[in-house]
Formats: sequence, structure tokens, C-alpha cells
Amino acid sequence: MAIKKVGLQTVKFQNPPSIISTYTIVGPKEGEGPLKDYFDYVLEDDVWGQASFEKAEAKIQEETIKAAITNGNLTNQDIDFLLAGDLLNQIVSSTYTARQLSIPYYGLYGACSTMTESLSLGAMLVDGRFADKVVCATSSHFSSAERQFRFPLEYGSQRKFSSQWTVTGAGATILSSTGDGPYITYSTTGKIVDKGVKDATNMGGAMAPAAIDTLITHFNDTGFSPSDYDLIISGDLGRVGKAIVLDLMKKEGYDLSNLFTDCGVEIFDGDKQDTHAGGSGCACAAVVFNGYIYKEMKKGNLKRVLLMATGALHSTIINQQGESIPGIAHAITIDINKD
Amino acid sequence: MDYVKAFIVGGLICVIGQVILDNTKLTPAHILVSFLTAGVILGGIGLYEPLVRFGGAGATVPIIGFGYSLAQGAIEGAKANGVLGAFTGGITSTAGGIAAAIIFGYIMSLVFKPKTKN
Amino acid sequence: MENMTNKEYQQYAEKKIPKPTYFKNMLMAFLVGGIICTIGQFIRNWLFNSGLDEKAVAGGTAIILVFLGALLTGLGVYDKIGKIGGAGAAIPITGFSNAIVSPAMEHRTEGLIFGVASKMFIIAGPVLVYGVSSSVIVGILYVLLTKGR
Repeated sequence: MAIKKVGLQTVKFQNPPSIISTYTIVGPKEGEGPLKDYFDYVLEDDVWGQASFEKAEAKIQEETIKAAITNGNLTNQDIDFLLAGDLLNQIVSSTYTARQLSIPYYGLYGACSTMTESLSLGAMLVDGRFADKVVCATSSHFSSAERQFRFPLEYGSQRKFSSQWTVTGAGATILSSTGDGPYITYSTTGKIVDKGVKDATNMGGAMAPAAIDTLITHFNDTGFSPSDYDLIISGDLGRVGKAIVLDLMKKEGYDLSNLFTDCGVEIFDGDKQDTHAGGSGCACAAVVFNGYIYKEMKKGNLKRVLLMATGALHSTIINQQGESIPGIAHAITIDINKD
Repeated sequence: MDYVKAFIVGGLICVIGQVILDNTKLTPAHILVSFLTAGVILGGIGLYEPLVRFGGAGATVPIIGFGYSLAQGAIEGAKANGVLGAFTGGITSTAGGIAAAIIFGYIMSLVFKPKTKN
Repeated sequence: MENMTNKEYQQYAEKKIPKPTYFKNMLMAFLVGGIICTIGQFIRNWLFNSGLDEKAVAGGTAIILVFLGALLTGLGVYDKIGKIGGAGAAIPITGFSNAIVSPAMEHRTEGLIFGVASKMFIIAGPVLVYGVSSSVIVGILYVLLTKGR
């Protein structure tokens, strides 16, 4: 009997895991954005003394996880599982990070939905008493993502207005069976939703249907309404995706206008930083959650938040073969109270 | 006067490319290939030569001029050496540009590192 | 959402994308492309005046422009020109040079054989494939059409 499952896709945690520590590292551009004061460490250069952008990304993730563990007054031996993933082929940033940490490791691929994918799985491990302490982490890097998904850095091309800017950085969260919150109380696992968008320069448009599907399912499964939340925030839909979600959710009877925003919209200054539709990448939701949202919850300014990281689960190869972009969105409820 | 003609002809060719880029889902790589192939065809049937005579570098510097050059070379080769010349002519006439791109590309990759955008 | 077909959604999502700044893009493409071609004309005139024949001038101009494109790519300037000029920077032969040099630099981290040398053509390779192939076809057609005369 799945006694903790409610509705179609939602888990209600009986012993909600507590977030006991977080850490974020971001690149220089993110460190100039509107949320700069919420990040724990801002890099002066995004290579960080490494020989390549891929190695730099792995180092960023490694240092983020180490600092999150230290911040929680823990050692690596105290951690039961590491759940991590990233955007690079074969999730190398996470694996080469795990190589340095000697913590039992599950590698995840959820593209930019990895933060909430890892948090919901981590919360299940803790609530199910398979673990006392779990680290959930993810990273992305503008330059390593550009070369894998788009063009060389020095290639002179114009970015479309729908295109987004991959966030350089990493975020890590430590979940514990004990602690004084905030707590993860619900998680709604997303289904793949693919409305046939093939344009890889419009990720927000490709992922928005998945976000809408997960939101509606979450409200149906839990019986909550949008006003039960102080903030509903998606991962990296950007300006285009955010507008679609607001518009289509209204048609479904949910008015989210003053509640809903997107991490990708918030992380950069759209007028000054020339990021077009906003931020994207695994780190987008990771640093906005572990930086801004967590700290505002600790201060008591936000009491109940629905975090929904969104992922575009295509590859350049299958996209060139004519396939469309499958989207996914996983939502978690984070609450300063246990119930 | 040379310079004005080159500026206007070259600029207009680029505007055509920009209009295609902004109104379709084609990438710059698609534009390069289609402009080049268009140059080969127009050069092959003799329609591009008047533009070269009028616009000078304005017609030869854009990639469509590279295609024109390939076609001219292939035709000259065919005139001189038949089928063999048809094979060798195009590359012969554009060898300088291609070889330059390869060797300078190699050198630049040794000297410079790509820089992150901001 | 469910009552929207895939096609309806795609058209809807397309409409949510802000339109490109058409006029500004065209103007900048005209200016940047025009300036590069004017520089090309300057090089052409200079080579002509130093006594070279038409073929040598054409080859020399191409080599010098390719070098300038490569150098500006190496210095990290050409991507900025491309951002401003769009097709105006991509279509001149300096853009061809940029398309070869930028992946070569980018993949230096994977070594000189599988990195630099093999990745050099990931963007500009198709240009050579289609250019050379179509020129051979043009040459053969010329041979076939003029054979009977």
C-alpha cells in the first residue's frame, strides 16, 4: 500500500524532511544580477583556475557541496546519499564531483528539472527512513552548455529573443530527518509533456505545457489552491514560458498573477543584462532556491512555497533528427511548518 | 566610387541574409550554405559576373562571391582540361582562402583561448 | 491545455516570442557587411596597384580578409561584431573564417587532432561540401554542353 501517496502523482510526506543547510556558488554575471546578495559565493572568473569549462563546472559543484556539508556542521561520513545531476553528456560534472567526495551517489538526469527531481527523491529517502541525511545538488555552466548545445563562444551569431542564458553556478541542499525547517511536505512528480515544439531556441515554450500539467495535477491531488502559497516559482521557463503559464492557467481557472514567477526571470536583470528571455540551466532553479528562497523562508518572509524546476529533455542529435522537445516539471512544497 | 559601390552591393547582399535569418528558423550555417550554392549556380550560368564588374569587392567578399569563384574556376578548368579540370578548377581558384582559413584557424587555436561572453 | 492540439499550441507559443528588431537588424547588417566589403575593396585596389593580375588579387584579398577574420576571432572581437551585425558579419568571407577559427579554438581542450583539427569544420564544413560539389557539377555540365560544338 502506497500510504504516502495522494491523488495521481503526489506524495505527502509523513515525517517531512527538514532542510538543514544550503550553499550556492555563482558566476560573475549572476553575481551582478538582482539576487546577488543572496548567493554565498560569487566567482571572479568562471574558469576558476581549471583547464576547461567542464572541469570548472565540476569544481563549482564540488565546492558547493563541500561548503553545504561544512555549513551544516557535518562531515562527508554523515551523509547517506548524494543525489546530483547536470546538463553535460553523461552528467560528468556530478560524477567527477562524486569522485572527490566518497559519498554513496545516485546520478540523475532531469536536465534543468534536476533540483526538484533530487529534492523529491531525497525527501522520499529520508521520509522512508532509508537515510538520515541526504545531499541534493546540481550545477550548470554557460560556457560548457553553449559548446554542447549551441555554438563555440567566439562564433559571431545573434541570439533570438526567445533564447535563454544558461546560469553558471551550483546549488546544494542538505535534507535531514531532524531539524527545525523549512520542511518538504509534498512532492508532485511530473509526467513528460510534449506539445511538439521543435525550436531549441524557445525552451520556455517547449517546457510550459509540462509546467501547467504539473501545477494542475498538484492542485487536484492536494486540494490546495494557489492562494495556499506565498510564492509559486518555476525553474527556467523564462519570460516566454512564464507568460504562457500565466495565460493558460487563467484559462484553466487558476489566477496566478501575483503569486507566480520564474527563477530564470528573477536571476537576471532583463533590461541591463541582455539575457533575452532570462536564465536557464540546472543551476537556475538551484541557486535561486538555495540562495533567495531558502534565506527568505529562514527569515520568515516566505512561509509556504511551491518550487517547480522545469526540464527540456532533448539532445541536439535527436532534435536534428526532427524530434520535438519533451518537457517535464517536478514540484515540491516547502513549508516553514511541518503540517 | 569603387568604395561606395562595394559598400552598397556588399551591404545589400547581407541585408537579404538578415531578412531570411529574422523571418525563418534557418541558422547562419544554412544561410552560408545556401548563399554559397546560389553563387555557384549564378556564377555557372553567368549571371553573377555583371554584379562583380559593378560591385567589385562588394560582390566578391560575401560568401556568394566565393561560390562564384568556385564556379568560375570549375568552368575555366573544364575549358582547359575537360572533366579533370571540372574537378580541380573550383578548389584551385579558391585554394588561397581555404588554406588561409585552415592554417590561421590552427594558429589561433594555439595562441588564444575562447573567452566567456557576458 | 488539453483542448489545444499540438499544432494550435505551437502557433500560440510562437506568437508569445517577441518579434526581432527587424529594421535595426537590417540596418546593422547593411552597415557591417558594407564596411567589411569596403575594406575588401581597399585591399583589392592596393593589390592591383602593386601590379598583381586579377587572379592573384582575388586570392590575395581572400587570404588577407580570412586572416583579419581569424585574428579578430582570436582576440575575442568577431563574436561581438557578429552580435551587432548578424548576417552582415556572417556572410562576408571574414564570417567564413570566424566559422572555422571559433570551433578550432573552442575544442583546443580536446587536443590537437580530435579537438582542433577535426572540430574545425563543424560549422563551415557544409560550406566546403556544397561549394566544391556544386562547382564540380557546374564544370561537368560545361564539358557536356560544349562537347558537341
